[in-house]
Amino acid sequence: MTVTAERPAELTPRRPDRGPGSRADGWIRRAPLLPALVFTIIVTQLPFLFTIYYSLQSWNLVRPGSRQFVGVDNYILVFTDSQFRQVALNTVLLTAGAVLFSLLLGLLFALLLDRAFFGRGFIRTLLITPFLITPVAAALLWKTVLFDPTYGLINFVLSPFGAGDTDWISTFPLTSVMIALVWQWTPFMMLLILAGLQSQPHDVLEAARVDGANTWGVFREVTIPHLRRFIELGIVLGAIYLINTFDAIYMMTQGGPGTASANLPFYIYQRAFLGFDIGQSAAMGVVVVVATIIVATFALRLIFRSFSGGEET
Amino acid sequence: MAAPTAERAPAARTEELAPAKKGKVGSSLLTVLAWIVGIGFFFPILWMVLTAFKQEADAYTSPPKLFFTPTLEQFRTVFDAGIGPYLLNSLFATVVSTILVLALATPAAFAVSLRPVKKVQDVLFFFISTKMLPVVAAIVPIYVVVNNVGMLDNIWTLIILYTAMNLPIAVWMMRSFFQEVPKELLEAASMDGASLARSLREVVLPVISPGMAATALICVIFAWNEFFFAVNLTAARAATVPVFLVGFITSEGLYFAKLCAAATLAALPVVIAGWIAQNKLVQGLSFGAVK
Repeated sequence: MTVTAERPAELTPRRPDRGPGSRADGWIRRAPLLPALVFTIIVTQLPFLFTIYYSLQSWNLVRPGSRQFVGVDNYILVFTDSQFRQVALNTVLLTAGAVLFSLLLGLLFALLLDRAFFGRGFIRTLLITPFLITPVAAALLWKTVLFDPTYGLINFVLSPFGAGDTDWISTFPLTSVMIALVWQWTPFMMLLILAGLQSQPHDVLEAARVDGANTWGVFREVTIPHLRRFIELGIVLGAIYLINTFDAIYMMTQGGPGTASANLPFYIYQRAFLGFDIGQSAAMGVVVVVATIIVATFALRLIFRSFSGGEET
Repeated sequence: MAAPTAERAPAARTEELAPAKKGKVGSSLLTVLAWIVGIGFFFPILWMVLTAFKQEADAYTSPPKLFFTPTLEQFRTVFDAGIGPYLLNSLFATVVSTILVLALATPAAFAVSLRPVKKVQDVLFFFISTKMLPVVAAIVPIYVVVNNVGMLDNIWTLIILYTAMNLPIAVWMMRSFFQEVPKELLEAASMDGASLARSLREVVLPVISPGMAATALICVIFAWNEFFFAVNLTAARAATVPVFLVGFITSEGLYFAKLCAAATLAALPVVIAGWIAQNKLVQGLSFGAVK
């Protein structure tokens, strides 16, 4: 749509001074866009420029007068910091694990919901609720009422299987956080895949059945290829949102024990707000931004393709 | 809840697609499975709400108690502990930032859809890309600037940040709704000599208002749930509800029921907003790529 929408402007090679297509008219057309654009640039882009600037300085807030230009020293420190490497690995594990498991569960739930049955709308409403609930409240719920070693629901449910009084959060901190995240993000994947399932071309499905394909055959040959775009979108969007996970770690483990369950956002937060090390945390921020841009490039391409694909049909 | 009505159409389609050759037993087994999965997945939330109505003594039992005498005592305790101002801060930050988002996003979306300007695509992807950059990389300069201008612990700081946070999603969502406005309708209106303002009000607004409502609800969910900026930039005066919940991670002791009451209060408004907006949820989160 955007492509066709641009065409009228391009088709006007010489601009008259007045009337449609003139320079003044262009500004009138642009005007409604400007407030949002300027606001976004100021609030979201300027801070990043400062982050780059700070990252080249040695600056600790608790040592007044310590501020000085140090070039790339902060970056060297970041890359030789073994904690940073562990935290980076945690980030990858947590993001990949949470995306993968919520995607699989979401696919199963979506398949269950993609048929008419009594109470379908009600069950769907129940299933999406974990995604809506305030992440801080959800993390608190998992930390206490569900994962508590003595009174928690999880150990009660698992007690017939000999779970006893496992202290999940101390023993498996990263996994515990991941479980809470999977619970929160499965509904998102489910909704995305459900939208995919329901947009399957009716006539192709019908044709496959007429040709004698069984349910599994239709699923494999028609549904899976059709769902591919939605699954890819789920992976990149899930990764972009989950790579920024902060609430769950802050509430459940505080990154501990040590840095066992800290991810990059949490570690940078610790460095900035508990260590007051502005230069170091800014350098880490820049590293995270560069890593995110790599992921985001794929995401943008995918979203763009989804758009052009969606509008052709 | 908008779900049941909106579900009817696709449901009917599935029904006609699945011929009667499939066993009735298999079908009802799948229905039972869907119910078990749905209730099981929702159970932690149900348990949270139930626990909120318990006495602490009933909350700490092994095995857990399903039947008990409900009490409002925990909610009273939570309000006595001062959740009220936090709720009001959340409400204020959420409502004002959502209004600002709509005020900025609606004209912007209009400019990029109905009356397209050049380089539309670049602008749109710029908006999306701001959503993909990690906020943690911006928090240090934001903190420094906010501190320098004396706006730490000020609710307007959160309002500005939440507006910027939700603006890209709103622009993309509103754009997809503007595109549903039939072009002929607008042309006909301007043929009849209607001014732009009038045709916007009488032709465009009725078509986009449901989409606008959905966009607003999604902004409400994100603003209400936001924690990172709130915990780093506010203290006693401007802190929002998620920050109130932080108090429960440090104190040890028998407080399950009180905690659940606070968590229920914190989550309730967005759960309701989300239930209402559930059909547009994916559209918002995928920047309109999926409808």
